[in-house]
Amino acid sequence: MISTKEVMIPTKEEIYQALCERHTSEIQEKLAAGRVAIAGLGGLGSTVAVALARAGVGHLHLIDFDKVDISNLNRQQYRARDIGREKTEALTEILLDINPYLEIISDTVKITPENAKGLFAGEEIVCEAFDRPEEKAMLTDIFFEEMYPEKILVAASGMAGYGSSNLIHTRKVTKHFYLCGDETNGLEGGFSLIAPRVGVCAAHEANMILRILVGELEP
Amino acid sequence: MTIYVNGKKEEMPKDTTMEQCIEKLGYEKKKIAVELNEEILPKSQYESRILSEYDTLEIVTFVGGG
Repeated sequence: MISTKEVMIPTKEEIYQALCERHTSEIQEKLAAGRVAIAGLGGLGSTVAVALARAGVGHLHLIDFDKVDISNLNRQQYRARDIGREKTEALTEILLDINPYLEIISDTVKITPENAKGLFAGEEIVCEAFDRPEEKAMLTDIFFEEMYPEKILVAASGMAGYGSSNLIHTRKVTKHFYLCGDETNGLEGGFSLIAPRVGVCAAHEANMILRILVGELEP
Repeated sequence: MTIYVNGKKEEMPKDTTMEQCIEKLGYEKKKIAVELNEEILPKSQYESRILSEYDTLEIVTFVGGG
């Protein structure tokens, strides 16, 4: 049963103060000023978003065309009652439940070579969190065609199955391009995506983004 | 001519384009990103970009899941 006890939501200042106490105000200032776009709100994207929201990253731009499906619940941050809702809408609600004072904007569209540059115009960091390898490659290509070197791309590849967590790494492929994952274990190998390992990879992406925001550019 | 792909030596005919090179090496163009001499080369340039001796390629192959 849900309690009917009145819920006290902390003020914006109280939440910011609590974050400063844990992260230091020097770090928190940088995170609060951070602007991150998340391309794809599946197991990676929804988990990256939750991590960055908890860390107090001030501006998150959520992009996905899809709706929550029962098959997403094994690894994505949605709840059973979100089934059928747009992922952008459900995730915005989840993030604002964590911190009601974040600036969350969203676009319920499919990212294409035509609309990508415009979609990411307002953010300095692009988090690639797609499912299909063709889409990952497409976004990387558009990024280097149209958004480099102004922006930074954090992408992921290889997180399927339940192999060792320690195979998942973050590396700097080249300037402004970081890649997280084991780079080997995809859906093609017959493995499925399971929450822990997708979460490990998402945490790699989120931590790299956090590092970039505080000025640490090495993986 | 000799080029290096993901740290391995490969032999390619003179005047090979990036497009031909990728095909020859058996990569699926739609699933990769190619770094040529430390810069990612956009796919729109694969056909026009002619490789030179000792060019260094790093090919990132994306796998599914997210």
